[in-house]
Amino acid sequence: MNLHLKVWRQAGPDTQGRLVDYEAQNIHTDMSFLEMLDVVNEDLIKKGEDPIAFDSDCREGICGTCGCVVNGVPHGPDRGTTVCQLHMRRFKDGDTIVIEPWRARAFPILKDLVVDRTALDKIISAGGYTSINVGAAPDGNAILVPKEASDEAMNFAACIGCGACVAACKNASAALFTSAKVSHLALLPQGQVERDLRVVAMVETMDAAGFGACSNEGECEAVCPKGIKIEGIARMNREYLRASVVPRPMPQGAFAG
Amino acid sequence: MALDSKIPGGPIADKWDRHKFESKLVSPANRRKFTVIVVGTGLAGGAASAALGELGYNVKTFCIHDSPRRAHSIAAQGGINAAKNYRNDGDSVERLFYDTVKGGDYRAREANVYRLAQVSVDIIDQCVAQGVPFAREYGGLLDNRSFGGAQVSRTFYARGQTGQQLLIGAYQSMMRQVEAGTVELFPQREMLDLVVIDGKARGIITRNLVTGEIEKHWGDAVCLGTGGYGTAYYLSTNAVNSNVTAAWRCHKRGAYFANPCFTQIHPTCIPVSGDHQSKLTLMSESLRNDGRVWVPKKHADTRKPDQIPEDERDYYLERRYPSFGNLVPRDVASRAAKAVCDEGRGVGETGLAVYLDFGDSIRRLGEDTIRARYGNLFDMYEKITDENPYKMPMRIFPAVHYTMGGLWVDYNLMSTVPGLHVLGEANFSDHGANRLGASALMQGLADGYFVLPYTLAHYLASTPLPKVTTDHPAFAEAAAGTQDRINRILAVKGDRTPREIHRELGKLLWNKVGMGRTAEGLQEALARIPAMREEFWARVAVPGDANNVNKNLEYAGRVADYLEFAELLARDALERRESCGGHFREEFQTAEGEAQRDDEQFMHAAAWEFHGVGTTPTRHVEPLQFEHVKPSQRSYK
Ligand SMILES: Cc1cc2nc3c(=O)[nH]c(=O)nc-3n(C[C@H](O)[C@H](O)[C@H](O)COP(=O)(O)OP(=O)(O)OC[C@H]3O[C@@H](n4cnc5c(N)ncnc54)[C@H](O)[C@@H]3O)c2cc1C
Ligand code: FES
Repeated sequence: MNLHLKVWRQAGPDTQGRLVDYEAQNIHTDMSFLEMLDVVNEDLIKKGEDPIAFDSDCREGICGTCGCVVNGVPHGPDRGTTVCQLHMRRFKDGDTIVIEPWRARAFPILKDLVVDRTALDKIISAGGYTSINVGAAPDGNAILVPKEASDEAMNFAACIGCGACVAACKNASAALFTSAKVSHLALLPQGQVERDLRVVAMVETMDAAGFGACSNEGECEAVCPKGIKIEGIARMNREYLRASVVPRPMPQGAFAG
Repeated sequence: MALDSKIPGGPIADKWDRHKFESKLVSPANRRKFTVIVVGTGLAGGAASAALGELGYNVKTFCIHDSPRRAHSIAAQGGINAAKNYRNDGDSVERLFYDTVKGGDYRAREANVYRLAQVSVDIIDQCVAQGVPFAREYGGLLDNRSFGGAQVSRTFYARGQTGQQLLIGAYQSMMRQVEAGTVELFPQREMLDLVVIDGKARGIITRNLVTGEIEKHWGDAVCLGTGGYGTAYYLSTNAVNSNVTAAWRCHKRGAYFANPCFTQIHPTCIPVSGDHQSKLTLMSESLRNDGRVWVPKKHADTRKPDQIPEDERDYYLERRYPSFGNLVPRDVASRAAKAVCDEGRGVGETGLAVYLDFGDSIRRLGEDTIRARYGNLFDMYEKITDENPYKMPMRIFPAVHYTMGGLWVDYNLMSTVPGLHVLGEANFSDHGANRLGASALMQGLADGYFVLPYTLAHYLASTPLPKVTTDHPAFAEAAAGTQDRINRILAVKGDRTPREIHRELGKLLWNKVGMGRTAEGLQEALARIPAMREEFWARVAVPGDANNVNKNLEYAGRVADYLEFAELLARDALERRESCGGHFREEFQTAEGEAQRDDEQFMHAAAWEFHGVGTTPTRHVEPLQFEHVKPSQRSYK
């Protein structure tokens, strides 16, 4: 099949971008969306033009590297699917497809569809871990973990950090991402000791990184390729409140050590 | 140079403890005076960065991804082994050691494997404490399953996302050290050269993949955890940015490359559907626990699978290997699939596929049980193929998956370049000629969390390391060489894309250095690869500049390295005139078509020394001794 593409092209972080028209020809229905872009790029390269820059790595929906907005929807029309696992059988001959990068103040565009998501790493470094040094851990079965708790923690730990939730949100909030990590660790016994410090540090870092506030629109949940539930945000808010009303000494830098 | 594996003396069970005791230490106050470069943030590099940061070293960590959490380790599905014996089913360090040495077809170093089995138990404890949500039983204990034909249940898993969860655990620990200031992170950096000063690894050259800048970084030691080279074959189950570049450039600076021909072809992948395909998707090995593999008995049978009656099906694994059946090791299962397809009994449009059928299990256990066990894999299969595996058998075919070969390292994980340590899939040491399922994650974390912190301390404490800075001429020379290579790629302005050339190389390697290898085919590959390399340097097309994001330029550089590396891969396969594990030379097989080792001549690791592109490298040999696991013909019948 043949498709008309309108792709966001932007040479660098400080330059103006615009949508550019391309024709994608002889596209096979078995191709993935990114393989379709590969085909377009092969043509551009042969013509001596700069190919469309886009990110990807695993191409099986687990690494969170890929991501672009397809016809207004992050990762495209299929629910629970990253754009690398979106297949062209989802489209019809002659369709027009608009392809844009994630748009959020905290994710500067580096080139075309490639954005800088280091703000998400900053949120994790603020507290998304248990402070356990190598070598000091007790036996893995020393602490029993109810299966329900472990399964529910896994539901949140499944986040791949792609940033689609931010891209879908009109406030460009990272609440779903942050709440996934807060919930994962708050649900497990291993995460209890630092529970309060963690949520405060992560939420404050999230706010400082330029993400917007959550206004409960639910767009994030709808586009999440891993089905992370918006209940996580409610949990994060409860955790935050709990941590704020129970005053605890929080010496500077103590949590980082 | 004579290869000294530095295996400590004493009984095998005491070697590691004794070695740790005899190793020199760096005192806590002195650690921050040492700067350690870690390249790669997969399980190996991520774990090493976290562990070294916790100890107080000054760590600089590099990766090509935009976030360290995206390393290819994230894709591992099945699980991680550990000799915990939580199931009371007869597992032990000895048994894991034995299985791994045997599974590797007696081409791994016993002392390394024993250590790996020993530290495996600590890995699980560490990961649980990090909050890795491993699968649990109703009583709250950790769950285990049997994986890849193991006769004990020693595999720990987190749904079908074990690699993801272990990697996120390591990443989080590392980010904690970033926050603490011990680890400095350099994402979007590609290591393009190793800087060797006075014979020691003292730094690296990287390209900033956003600005294009060529950067110099110095250190007291360099640790490489840059993964395997499976993407040499173009199509593989590896992530598309996986590469041999960092390892290859270290090889060119003096690090020997060991056993490159030991590549693993995984039996259960979704078959190739067309030329557009950019990668192959693995269907976890765990599927073979409940799926039965078959092809029609008749040649070129075009009937739908449900129209082929039971007695016209050949469950060839069950027929050939009655005791292990569908659970024979990967190399055996892959070759058996190739054999039936070569006979013309393959299925699907291309004839290059076999059925993996869940019909019996669904009838026996119910669709719900199968969904609970493999739901995400079945969904993934349906997404990619548009076929429903609950109704129709899956079609699968082998694909390149893992590379047992890698840079040669001694017991301390140090390469032949002093100071250059190599971890995880990038080194060669623990899996011999074939890796068992769920053992790569174990090895990556063992190297990073539990081995390197000791052996690196010994190196730092016992080696004179005069202060160097990036003003040293060796940095200028390496940076200039790197820049020059990039300029030369851009200057070609040809008419062939890097992908076209890579795809061609991949096809050649798959056909001639793939599942069945012959002297004739290998010689043909050796003749054709230099021509492909010339073609690359005469015709490659890389538009755009070097001073911003240019993914096609990055890719072209990796393809150029593969075009050099591929020759070594084929040469190693040619020189190893035996069949063992994943290396199957058709001339060397038993009457039943199984791999025929030649222990007399080839019970060794081959480590290659580089002398220049296009110049024949020197083959060095590290003899292997098997004092504990007596070599025998592997039998899974
Ligand atoms: C689909 C799939 C499923 C698997 N399932 C399992 C399983 O169930 N159990 C199991 O035990 N094993 C499994 N494996 C194997 C296992 O995942 C890998 O062998 C292992 O994760 C490799 O880890 P690593 O740390 O050595 O390298 P990787 O995870 O590959 O990390 C490499 C790192 O190096 C960086 N890097 C690469 N090149 C450069 C460069 N030039 N400059 C700078 N940085 C660079 C990358 O950014 C990355 O951070 C699977 C593999 C695949 C492909
Ligand atoms: S490329 Fe890994 S999730 Fe899409």
